[in-house]
Amino acid sequence: MSAMNDPDAPVHGLTARQMALYRFRRNPLAVVGTLIVFSVILAAVFAPWIAPAPESAGSFVDFRNRHSPPNWDNLMGTDNVGRDVFSRVIFGYRVSLGLVVGVLGVAVPFGVILGLCAGYFGGWTETIIMRFTDIMLALPPLAMALAITAVLSPNLINAMIAITLLWWTWHTRLIYRIVKGQMNEDYVEAARVAGASHAHILFRELLPNCFSAVAVKISLDAGFVILFGAALSFLGLGVQPPTPDLGTMVATGSEYLPEMWWQAVMPGLAILYAILGFNLLGDGLRDMLDVEL
Amino acid sequence: MFAYLFRRTFTLLFVLLGLAVLIFVIARIVPGDPARIALGPLATAEQVSQLQEEMGLNDPYPVQLWTYLSGLVQGDLGKSLLTSRPVMDDIMGALPATFELVLFTVVLQVLISIPLGVIAAIYRNTWIDSVLRVISLLGVVTPGFVLAIILQLIAAHYLGFFPVTGRLDPGIGFSADVTGLLTIDGLIAGRFDVVVDALRHLFLPAIALAAAGIGQVMRITRTAMIEVASRDFVEASRAYGIPERVVTFRYMLRVASVAPLTILGLEFASLIGNAFIVEFVFSWPGIASYGVRTILQKDLNAVIGVVLVSGVFFVVANLTIDLLLGILDPRHRIRAGRGA
Repeated sequence: MSAMNDPDAPVHGLTARQMALYRFRRNPLAVVGTLIVFSVILAAVFAPWIAPAPESAGSFVDFRNRHSPPNWDNLMGTDNVGRDVFSRVIFGYRVSLGLVVGVLGVAVPFGVILGLCAGYFGGWTETIIMRFTDIMLALPPLAMALAITAVLSPNLINAMIAITLLWWTWHTRLIYRIVKGQMNEDYVEAARVAGASHAHILFRELLPNCFSAVAVKISLDAGFVILFGAALSFLGLGVQPPTPDLGTMVATGSEYLPEMWWQAVMPGLAILYAILGFNLLGDGLRDMLDVEL
Repeated sequence: MFAYLFRRTFTLLFVLLGLAVLIFVIARIVPGDPARIALGPLATAEQVSQLQEEMGLNDPYPVQLWTYLSGLVQGDLGKSLLTSRPVMDDIMGALPATFELVLFTVVLQVLISIPLGVIAAIYRNTWIDSVLRVISLLGVVTPGFVLAIILQLIAAHYLGFFPVTGRLDPGIGFSADVTGLLTIDGLIAGRFDVVVDALRHLFLPAIALAAAGIGQVMRITRTAMIEVASRDFVEASRAYGIPERVVTFRYMLRVASVAPLTILGLEFASLIGNAFIVEFVFSWPGIASYGVRTILQKDLNAVIGVVLVSGVFFVVANLTIDLLLGILDPRHRIRAGRGA
């Protein structure tokens, strides 16, 4: 094979990694996405130190200052009991990101392992896993999540469980497809001939080839998990007050539309901001790592 | 084609059976006694045991499953504890409203996203493309309920033309008895005031519901059109002197429409899901509103029914899209046939 056809060969003296980084930096939307995601993570981690009015995160009340429109003291105005909406949004990101970590931390490994097994072993394992995945994919996700949280009594943990139960399927399907494509590659055959164990082939040979696809998927997923959690809370089936959650804030705030619009619109825009960031980052990663989902 | 159709339908039945069993399992393994949940903490032990008997909760699980499945086959989903009517009747009463909303949404999605995607492809890498890209991105990332609220705020309170709640102005006396769809029944009855009013009510919820799909399908259409533009047959058609309009919309779009159609099919799932939110915000009297109400009341039979019906809706929609793709692209028929 000539150097020209080798995708990993250095181009203009750059390694593949440097090329990828270069492509990423040249994509302004991806850089914007990265910055947004960073700001959201920073806000979530350092919420008590960043928020101008940390006491607003709890069941604090200040009735003299209720329903204030956005001003210099309260950048996003105040809510129906006088809490600073901006501070609550910052704390709200904690809940949102906590949900993302909780859901993806369980759903991704589970989905990936099932996908690996279905693609690698084939036969009955494949049939059972993939048919089950098909059925799970046929369930309307939001309706399912609503039903589960409602029966289990609505709170953050149950919302997390409900979303996790539905989320792994996408990763199973993605990994299954990749592994199926890799099974005919020489390196798998070589590992097998060399006497490698199933576990070795699965986790040391096949899994690394799935990393970039999973990375892109996780980034895109993060936005949708936030959306999903916010939707559940909006319907009153997720996080319960007084915990500051963006979806709950939109729901409560929408009772004061249209005059006191900031109470619903500001948290709504905050959700949009976070989802936008994860989406741009995911798109940028997809172009950079050159994967198809 | 028939073998393909048969195989697909068979798979469909299999998936539906799995769905029904899965929902049964979920409904039964959840902690807590459904009868106790339904009656609330204030009910006496006798009331609870009476309801347990009525709901057949004392039978062994396999018997319960059998009763449930054989009821399903006959369209019996049990009784709703909230309305004390058969769940099937409740759902059938609410389904047309949702169906009309979803149908109108899909029409909007196709009418808006595919032309915009084609335009973005024709004017690629110009400012028009950039503007459309931003629009599609915003469509994808804006949560349905946030968009619904913003739309209500803008359109209803500042323009006043689009109503923010319900399906039809209460002043218009009309009941949709033929199909249940107000627009269609209005047309059949020759009541154009009904049609116009129903469309006005439909517009905002449908836009809120359509946005995510519009963004996605626009992007996919753009990519597909750009990819098709480099094929030889396009150059050949132009060389024959076929007008550009015909080349773009009749030849290229037919080939390029496979990917957007697939995505539209997948979008059905999120449409039904998002309908829960959008119907809630716009007080739309559909199955999702019914679902949310019964979920909050812990009305298990009704919840199972709603989830099952939305699942069936999704599976059937996917099959339809699959068949459509088979007609558009014969290769898909063979591929999907082998895969299934």
